Amino acid sequence: MSAPLLVLDRVNKIYDPDGPNPVHAVRDLDLAVNPGEIVALLGSSGCGKTSTLRMIAGFEAVSAGSITLAGRAIHDLAPARRNVAMAFEGYALYPPLTVRENIAFALKSRRRDRDGIARRVAEIARLLEIEDILDRYPSQISGGQQQRASLARALIRPADLHLLDEPMGQLEPQLRAHLRGRLKHFIREGGLTVILVTHDQTEANALADRIAVMEGGVLQQFDSPARLRERPANLFTGAFIGEPPMNLLEAEVEARDGRIIFRLKGGAPLDYPAGELSPALLEWLRRGGRVTLGVRPHRVRIGPGGLPAQVLANQWLGDQSHVAASFAGGVIVSVEHDRVPHGPGAEIGLTIALADLHIFDPASGRAIGHGGRLVEET
Amino acid sequence: MDHRSLLERWLRGIALALVVVFFMFPILWIVLMSLQTNETILRSPPSVVFTPTLQNYAALISGRLETEAGALDIAFMSNLMNSVILSVGSVALALVLGVPAAYAFARHRFRGSEDIAFTLLSFRFAPPLLVLLPLTLYFQDLGLADTYFGLIWVYQLICLPLILWIVRGYFEDISPDIELAYRIAGHSWWATFRRIALPLAGPGIAAAGLLAFIFAWNNFIFALVLASADKQPVTVGALAFVTASGIQYGQIAAAVVLSIAPTLALALWAQRYLVEGLSLGAVKG
Ligand SMILES: Nc1ncnc2c1ncn2[C@@H]1O[C@H](COP(=O)(O)OP(=O)(O)OP(=O)(O)O)[C@@H](O)[C@H]1O
Ligand SMILES: [Mg+2]
Repeated sequence: MSAPLLVLDRVNKIYDPDGPNPVHAVRDLDLAVNPGEIVALLGSSGCGKTSTLRMIAGFEAVSAGSITLAGRAIHDLAPARRNVAMAFEGYALYPPLTVRENIAFALKSRRRDRDGIARRVAEIARLLEIEDILDRYPSQISGGQQQRASLARALIRPADLHLLDEPMGQLEPQLRAHLRGRLKHFIREGGLTVILVTHDQTEANALADRIAVMEGGVLQQFDSPARLRERPANLFTGAFIGEPPMNLLEAEVEARDGRIIFRLKGGAPLDYPAGELSPALLEWLRRGGRVTLGVRPHRVRIGPGGLPAQVLANQWLGDQSHVAASFAGGVIVSVEHDRVPHGPGAEIGLTIALADLHIFDPASGRAIGHGGRLVEET
Repeated sequence: MDHRSLLERWLRGIALALVVVFFMFPILWIVLMSLQTNETILRSPPSVVFTPTLQNYAALISGRLETEAGALDIAFMSNLMNSVILSVGSVALALVLGVPAAYAFARHRFRGSEDIAFTLLSFRFAPPLLVLLPLTLYFQDLGLADTYFGLIWVYQLICLPLILWIVRGYFEDISPDIELAYRIAGHSWWATFRRIALPLAGPGIAAAGLLAFIFAWNNFIFALVLASADKQPVTVGALAFVTASGIQYGQIAAAVVLSIAPTLALALWAQRYLVEGLSLGAVKG
């Protein structure tokens, strides 16, 4: 594998460090992005995504740590010298210029020939479906159109790295889904390296090679979409990734007679033959104590046998059923691809396969095992 | 779509007319006075019927004032010229110094920046006489007394805080991201300042410049104390019309008209840009 293009090494951002209320927005962030990779930054509002991008672009000073891009340490360089392009969360179009001029000014500074610029602008405008507003001023177009103009301005520039801060947040889902495909094609075609911030997990899954999940300024996990889903590193990523969110159950571990029993609140046992667990995980669990179990709603099966639960609500969403049931002193959600006949109040049985079980340490939130194996073994 | 009643529109019209008359009447009266001789002005009761004469203007421009007590030399035209030099010079200097400073205060928080900005503003609170006395002494020592340069320097006490504080507000209203978007495209901060920030704050700079010009033009006390006859602006020069043989109302009126004219012309000219700036709108990101 080639060397990473962008490396963030223990990067910190503290706003207003000497003031009365310093804000530690980014903590000890390590991140390595490979050339040609698309990375999504995902996390709740205020978790430090924009701060991270702005430090890479050079709009905010790095409080501690270093940033290397294409082999150069850039964290002390002026923004102009970093060779980074950015689409802003607030669009930041220049009011006295038309959309066309706004898009082109990123190129003009490079003294490219006029025809070449016009062709590139037309191409990117077609891609983002803003051809009809190219000659209008930013104050005369809608928020979604401004957003696409700002995205076009960022994408058109040749740069080592493209930073896109919520590039499609203002668009309706259909257009977003439609542009997503083209955007990905454009990025791959041009061999661009992209870090994009998004609140939309579908978008992150569809576009990104790897997703960095942040919370409270701390990187929680940086992994492929599939691994984030199957191997969440901690309770936060487990609960944050996936829709509807992962079911979490408190349990007491018991090992006896060749079986491992997770005793849920109210006594219901999740019972598995010890032989199906890897020896290492078994050893960890034998110590006993409390764990938090996680299981994705798609993996909670409704059927005969299994543990008793009582349906609270049953919704058919057109392509799947969401069934909420009261279970082990709490609520559990199951998603089935077919219609489920049970109405509210019905008694059902739930099964959870060992392969679908995530085990977390309730104190630290760290993942201990996935699907019957210790984290270190997966 | 007008859903106001006829009565309401009438009342509004009358109110507006009253306001206009209130503000415009003195100017109109001055213009009328400037076209009369002292005798017609002072007759009682006053009347708007008279034969207009340009003799007041002629006297001002030729610099010879005929009074009952004999001819008198006045330097009105050179006073006017001094006013132009002092006002234009000090506004230009204040813009050159104040606009970049305003940008720095708007964009960068540095240690003591708020204190410095406030100190500059506090020049506007201090009574001018407070600084004038020591300044007179210093200026005599430094050889700055009675020079255009020295006067323009002192006029910065009026112009600089005004420009700094008004323009700073305009810079603060521009979203920094607009500038950053330009900077990240490979432009230096200086290029960004010139091509992005300055044009966007243009209307504000024009307004501040105009205001500073008016204040500088109307200044009296600095010039009275620090300038001798050949450097005096019109505000001080007008004192010459109070002569031993009486007050020359006609000439004073003509002088007032002539000294309002440049400010008025400038305001009318700048208004275009002010309005243009407002209609450009949506500067905020
Ligand atoms: N200029 C600033 N001064 C002080 N605090 C700031 C500043 N900018 C951001 N913060 C704080 O830093 C934290 C991270 O902000 P940031 O903008 O990076 O969040 P974000 O992840 O981009 O959120 P969102 O999804 O809402 O855009 C927040 O708590 C925010 O209040
Ligand atoms: Mg953000």
